[in-house]
Amino acid sequence: MRYMDEALVTKRMSKRLAYNKLWRTIFFIATSFALITLAILLYRVVTQGAGYLNWEFLTNFASRFPAKAGIKAALIGSLWLMAVVAPVSIILGVGTAIYLEEYAKKNKINDFIRMNISNLAGVPSIVFGLLGLTIFVRTFGFGKSILAAGLTMSLLILPVIIVAAQEAIRAVPNDQREASYGMGATKWQTIIRVVLPAAIPGILTGSILALSRAIGETAPLVVIGIPVILQFLPTSVFSEFTALPMQIYDWAKRPQEEFQYVAAAGIIVLMTVLIIMNSIAVFIRNKFQKRY
Amino acid sequence: MAAPKDGATSVQDMIAQSQGKKGKKFTEKLMPILLFIAATLSVLTTIAIVFTLIFETFEFFQRVSITDFLFGTEWLPFSSKEPMFGILPLIAGTLKVTLIAIVVAVPLGIASAVYLSEYASDRIRRIVKPILEVLAGVPTIVYGFFALTFVTPLLQELIPSLKVFNALSPGIVVGIMILPMITSLSEDAMSSVPNSIREGALGLGSTKLEVAIKVVLPAALSGIIASVVLAVSRAIGETMIVSLAAGSTPKWDWAVNDSIQTMTAYIVQVATGDAGYGTTIYYSIYAVGFTLFIFTLVMNLLAHYISKRFREEY
Repeated sequence: MRYMDEALVTKRMSKRLAYNKLWRTIFFIATSFALITLAILLYRVVTQGAGYLNWEFLTNFASRFPAKAGIKAALIGSLWLMAVVAPVSIILGVGTAIYLEEYAKKNKINDFIRMNISNLAGVPSIVFGLLGLTIFVRTFGFGKSILAAGLTMSLLILPVIIVAAQEAIRAVPNDQREASYGMGATKWQTIIRVVLPAAIPGILTGSILALSRAIGETAPLVVIGIPVILQFLPTSVFSEFTALPMQIYDWAKRPQEEFQYVAAAGIIVLMTVLIIMNSIAVFIRNKFQKRY
Repeated sequence: MAAPKDGATSVQDMIAQSQGKKGKKFTEKLMPILLFIAATLSVLTTIAIVFTLIFETFEFFQRVSITDFLFGTEWLPFSSKEPMFGILPLIAGTLKVTLIAIVVAVPLGIASAVYLSEYASDRIRRIVKPILEVLAGVPTIVYGFFALTFVTPLLQELIPSLKVFNALSPGIVVGIMILPMITSLSEDAMSSVPNSIREGALGLGSTKLEVAIKVVLPAALSGIIASVVLAVSRAIGETMIVSLAAGSTPKWDWAVNDSIQTMTAYIVQVATGDAGYGTTIYYSIYAVGFTLFIFTLVMNLLAHYISKRFREEY
């Protein structure tokens, strides 16, 4: 049996410790890269866009002239879009999650549904755009309306909401369910009066985060072909509309330099909406989430 | 049990009465069915996607032969004389951007994951992880704007031959976009390696670096590889960054300093253009979308397989 060569170990020790320190620094620099990038990105957008961000920018319609261009139609359009996406995706997503967590037995059909949801989450958003264009815009004849875009977006974020709701429902401890059954409640009564109230903070947090993804998503809207220069506000879900990311995309690809600044101002508005939504989600998570 | 006095009903009677109510029984039977229908909707979505793509792609192949599409090296759909539909240049564009993104994101992502899981204190982790979440939540259109107005001019200072539209700048920015995904998924994989294994290695006299490289990384490898494969799938399907910053010139070569076009950017170009319904160009976006769908599906299934098949159980 060979014993450890103490001299050799001592000789190598300082080198090994030096390597440890060196790599620790390298790993730290790699981590800070992401943080620095985010800082530069935000700094650039704010410095470029701040000059164009004023009350007129928020209340004007789009224009050929950078100085007169405004984001009113896009901002209102995005809110309309959310008014369709939020109820459709949350009702379907939470319904699916309740089924999978509370009712589904372990069999092939339910395994297939689960696998299908995880695969659907990986389909590129532009492919959902093609689906929306074919099914909602053409086959159902909704045109380039809020309804068509909203249903497309709902399907896109559905997997995210399902997974978030599943986690929230799973976190409700089983003794609560059993206590409810013990009091004579039926299965549906238990779900609607015990499980869902306990899971709602988690479901809401996940849903708001998913909706904030939908509000920044551009590719499906581009494929559906919603217009960018609109001089009127939508009046119903069947109206044509434009949305924040679509408007930003249109400005960003224009050759005139001033429109870059207008695009940056638009990005500030979009990011502000996102920050508000995320703050609400974090607030709900911290304030109402119970730990068992 | 004794009969209740004073005309009060017993609990059993109440239960029996309530169970006799018809509406309640009906709800109990109806709700699982309604919820099951909601659950099948996601399956229907997949079926609708696949069928839409197959039908419209089939229509496309009535006009363009499959071999021309799969092996052609010229993509000139807007040519009025002789339109050419060979998808290889679009695939080359997509692969260029994806490869650059991977070169940027994989080393940085894994290094950050090692730092967060093995070195960082709880306080640093509590600061860094939310920032990564913010970075992951930045809309891709914002990244596209960043690539076009900041990264490209910056790179042009360093590489004078770089054109306004090129593969390098969007590639790097797509890498930044997928970085949080690789970091957080790899960090999850490393954090789930049990501490007893780390302590065993530390007890034998290893440094933290040796624990990370020789013990934790191998144990978490399947999770890390799965995260990279998922990130590749995201990079392939990324649309807005390449639409804004990569240009619209499909080329069958390996140059990264010149304008290119990816599969996703082509779909956007047609969708924002004025190609009418029913033209060959209109159907071509479905053929390209179908190709894109297959690429990402294979990647997602591969990630699923890797994380299932090679997972170390403790």
